[in-house]
Amino acid sequence: MEDKQSYWQENLRLIFICLAIWFVVSFGFGLLLVEPLNAIRLGGYKLGFWFAQQGSIYTFVGLIFWYGKKMNDLDKKYNVEDS
Amino acid sequence: MDELKLYTWIAVGGTFSLYFFIAWWARAGSTSEFYAAGGGITPLQNGMAIGADWMSAASFISMAGLIAFLGYGGSVFLMGWTGGYVLLALCLAPYMRKHGKFTVPEFIGDRYYSKAARIVAVVCLIIASLTYIIGQMKGVGVAFSRFLEVEYDMGLYIGMFVVFVYATLGGMKGITYTQIAQYVVLITAYTIPAVFISLQLTGNPIPQLGLGSTLADGSGVYLLDKLDTVVSELGFKEYTTSTLGDVEMFAYTLSLMIGTAGLPHVIMRFFTVPSVKAARQSAGYALVFIALLYTVAPAVGAMARFNLMNTIEPAAGQNLEYAERPQWFKEWEKTGLLAFEDKNGDGKVQYTADKATNEMVKVDRDIMVLANPAIANLPNWVIALVAAGGLAAALSTAAGLLLAISSAISHDLMKGVLVPDMDEKTELMASRIVMTISVCVAGYLGLNPPGFAAGTFALAFGLAASSIFPALMMGIFSKKMSSKAAIAGMCSGIGVTMLYVFQHKGIMFIPGTSFLGGMEPNWFFGISPNAFGSVGAFVNFVVAFAMLKVTGPAPSHIQDLVTNFRTPHGEVAGAHNH
Repeated sequence: MEDKQSYWQENLRLIFICLAIWFVVSFGFGLLLVEPLNAIRLGGYKLGFWFAQQGSIYTFVGLIFWYGKKMNDLDKKYNVEDS
Repeated sequence: MDELKLYTWIAVGGTFSLYFFIAWWARAGSTSEFYAAGGGITPLQNGMAIGADWMSAASFISMAGLIAFLGYGGSVFLMGWTGGYVLLALCLAPYMRKHGKFTVPEFIGDRYYSKAARIVAVVCLIIASLTYIIGQMKGVGVAFSRFLEVEYDMGLYIGMFVVFVYATLGGMKGITYTQIAQYVVLITAYTIPAVFISLQLTGNPIPQLGLGSTLADGSGVYLLDKLDTVVSELGFKEYTTSTLGDVEMFAYTLSLMIGTAGLPHVIMRFFTVPSVKAARQSAGYALVFIALLYTVAPAVGAMARFNLMNTIEPAAGQNLEYAERPQWFKEWEKTGLLAFEDKNGDGKVQYTADKATNEMVKVDRDIMVLANPAIANLPNWVIALVAAGGLAAALSTAAGLLLAISSAISHDLMKGVLVPDMDEKTELMASRIVMTISVCVAGYLGLNPPGFAAGTFALAFGLAASSIFPALMMGIFSKKMSSKAAIAGMCSGIGVTMLYVFQHKGIMFIPGTSFLGGMEPNWFFGISPNAFGSVGAFVNFVVAFAMLKVTGPAPSHIQDLVTNFRTPHGEVAGAHNH
């Protein structure tokens, strides 16, 4: 029971980190901060525009795989992998 | 028969035969295979199937066109329809897979220990899925009538027949393997023209990089900068900065994200994999396969807009002579989706943002993807491939939605509530019959699209966002969340969203009944009805937690159930005994 508690706490912490990044790249860089970021260029892209139409999506993909990997480690650590 | 038509028949006929072969090969023998493909799909396969399930006629045909005309504002669709997968992968899919049931209403019914909650979920699911399916059926009809010059109705019947065969025979198992094939068809059909066009315009074959490159005409000017200049000279909003408004974009993106995470036909696909680990992984693969199309779409949109502007006005002041217009221009004029009116009588085409002088009186955004290969002078086999791809996108999504609807009726309503002692063989038969009826209803709606078809998009995402998503989140992350509180939350979330959509778009979308009018001044903080699902979700959460304080927490055996599905290890009591 103790173990399950701290397993869940660690999981929540991971989810929180991931969702913070998720929020920053899309709602942050892509929407709220788009104007200042557009002053910076990434080749032909304005940076804010790039985050809104490209960068956020790449980050989302990375986040899901990173979370999956961290959770596999966590499952092993607490010995709760599914049979 | 001309060459293009021959190629198109080969592409469409070939892919359809493949779907039939898969249907025969993957027929279902049990309810577990019918609802969840026997739980034996690998994460990679599931990722591909989710990709096809998710990417509909709207993603394939309409999205790039929307982006082409909205520019930066189109980002809401790109971020909204991909960001939802992060929520699914982190917050929903693993726990729902661990619980180990077949349908979303079943999960809600178990978690909230209530048949009423299950029925509310079934109703939300059916409304959301049915409204969604109308668009797919129309897509099938349009693709057939445009590319094969078959009557719209006939095209629809052919599409219905194909879905009928593989969905009733194979259920989830047949649908999964067909969707894998359909994903390959649709992504090939989408990227090949994009690669060619990117190469032509920028010299870079990778569209995602081409969009950020300089033009290949030797001017050294970036494509996006040139596009900004061209459109703003004609009075349109600058491409890379044209916004829908700050609050609106925020609310719209959020609504699409949580709506995506709450759509039952997508969530269902996570029940097909063998483990929790595989559920997390398949969300990742799914987003990779979806991102392949979604990161190409902005390039397709911008390049299509660029080609269109460039065809009409190759250099400032040198407008296209109407008499010398290219072949694709004439073809699309025939469909009425492109229309020209020589207002100043000079025989040339002027395309501007000013309504008084603009002579391109109709440029339907849906033609951007379909006409793209022709505008860029690509060979006929590429155009044929686009037709097969559009059909694959529409059919795969329709099949997923039909399965969500028929399983909600046969498994949740019939087996779960009305006839609990139905044996497995009868249930399998019942689900096939319900599937058949669903195909007919979907076909009927496609043939006679209700007047409100255009507004239904808001309703499907609004319902998923304001009812299903919050109910699932609270069910997983709040152990104490009780049945009464959750039902109150769902009902008020849907209530607020429906009221807002109806008051601005008409009750059941009947024109004239919109008592506040569709007008922007009446919008709540400037949020459009399409973007209101996020507000509905917020209301749902607030009401549910307030009610929880009043009515007290869920019983302890339910709290144990939650504890149990939060860890991948071990069985949930009562799972897998269907």
